[in-house]
Amino acid sequence: MKVVGLSGSIVGSKTRTAMDYTIEKLKEKYPDIETELIDLADYDIQFSDGRHYLDYEGDTKYVTQTVMEADALIIGTPIFQSSIPATLKNIFDLLPVNAFRDKVVGMLATAGSPKHYLIVEQHLKPILGYMKAQIVQTYVFIEEEDFYQKEIVNHDVLFRIERLVEDTFVLTETYQKVREAEEAKYDF
Amino acid sequence: MEKYRINPSKGLELGLYTLGDHLPNPHTGERISAQQRLNEIIELAQLAEQAGLDFFSVGESHQDFFTTQAHSVVLGALAQATDKIKIASSSTIISTLDPVRVYEDFATIDLISDGRTEIVAGRASRVGNFELLGYDLRDYEGLFEEKFDLLRQINEEEVINWSGEYRAPLRNARILPRPKEGWMPIWRAVGGSPGSARKAGYAGVPMFMAHLGGPASVFKRTIDAYRDAARQGGHDPAELPIATAGFFYAAETSQQALRDLYPHINEGMKRTNGQGFPKQHFAQGVDPHNIMNIGSPQEIIEKILYQHELFGHQRYIAQMDFGGMPFDRLKKNIDIIGAEILPAIKKYTAQK
Repeated sequence: MKVVGLSGSIVGSKTRTAMDYTIEKLKEKYPDIETELIDLADYDIQFSDGRHYLDYEGDTKYVTQTVMEADALIIGTPIFQSSIPATLKNIFDLLPVNAFRDKVVGMLATAGSPKHYLIVEQHLKPILGYMKAQIVQTYVFIEEEDFYQKEIVNHDVLFRIERLVEDTFVLTETYQKVREAEEAKYDF
Repeated sequence: MEKYRINPSKGLELGLYTLGDHLPNPHTGERISAQQRLNEIIELAQLAEQAGLDFFSVGESHQDFFTTQAHSVVLGALAQATDKIKIASSSTIISTLDPVRVYEDFATIDLISDGRTEIVAGRASRVGNFELLGYDLRDYEGLFEEKFDLLRQINEEEVINWSGEYRAPLRNARILPRPKEGWMPIWRAVGGSPGSARKAGYAGVPMFMAHLGGPASVFKRTIDAYRDAARQGGHDPAELPIATAGFFYAAETSQQALRDLYPHINEGMKRTNGQGFPKQHFAQGVDPHNIMNIGSPQEIIEKILYQHELFGHQRYIAQMDFGGMPFDRLKKNIDIIGAEILPAIKKYTAQK
């Protein structure tokens, strides 16, 4: 199983901080799985121009290919202007139709205001649903006050992230078993 | 229809097409050489001709796991290796080629083949050819529309006066040689969406419609959009041929066909497209209403007849060699087509 963490912004530190903790937790609880964290701030990614993702080069090809080869994703996103950042939307735009078929996707959001709590529900989930992801329904919502000097200081958030990690793993494993059992029935 | 060398009274035309993919056989992991693959494509066309098929075409793809990048050269070999079967591209990526050179090549192939050659021009679903051949992907639409128009103009007029955005102007240019009858059928390749079909319709150009899978009824919308646009463009849809193109595989039972074919499609698509073909969708491919022609010979006959009733198209071309399908399996399929499928389709679709 390969789980890829995607930190969806190129500015700020809160989402990266939360994603670092998430991937650490994942490694600690499931040392046998493969994990990789992609922080979009570390890559130079071009805007989608409609071509097939394998036809890009450099960072754009690396990131899209890594996402496509994952069994599960944990997406971390800040909330900008009441939506997901353009950098994250661009990743979705770079990928083909049905890109998340047979993939489990968990989510966490960092925000400067509690008013943004439903943005994940209203903006991110519809995209993932359209792209055929198996969504981990419960996401982690983290606010400004939960961070102090690039650390998460709210234990409730830490517990929630731990549960997100567990749920993502369990669902990925479960869907994989279900799929294998279903495919075995076809006899071809 | 006569203009396009199609005689509807003889019934639905049947043919084969290859994308020229060069993929390992998923059962053995082994891949034949590019040379062997090319020779097998030529032999496949000969076998198709012997079985009585009407048409054989070769695609152009500039990416890994393909081997007919120089598809017009392959067609030149086919012109020499066959006598009766119609030959064509499927498709020629006109956007990144020079229409003058394309026409020169295909007119030459038409002369060598004694008037059996057609061009199917498309826009490419994968775009490696743009950078490879020195074009800007931002001109994707513009390049195709302009060059496709020029290609059609060359077909209509022997002396060309033309200027455009993407190619040096032509002043009293004589494009030679001319095809055997001075003109050859040029089709527009359509990926299955109604929007693209409309463009072919408005221009009054024959439509070559590719399809992966799904209900045939969904593709009927594309066919209807094409004919509707043709009417709006002042053309008579009854005079415009339509071809459909998609996966085909015949075996004794539909279950056997799925078993034989699935690993080739799934693994081949993973390699060439990054995503496999979901089993759940593939299993629906044998349904009588699914456009994929997979099943027993009798089931395939019924499917093709159903599609013909629905679409009223003039030609169906089958793709059976994708994903490293071993040659003996292809031979067996051609035998089945020649012995069972082709006679039945002709019998039921020919006008008495």
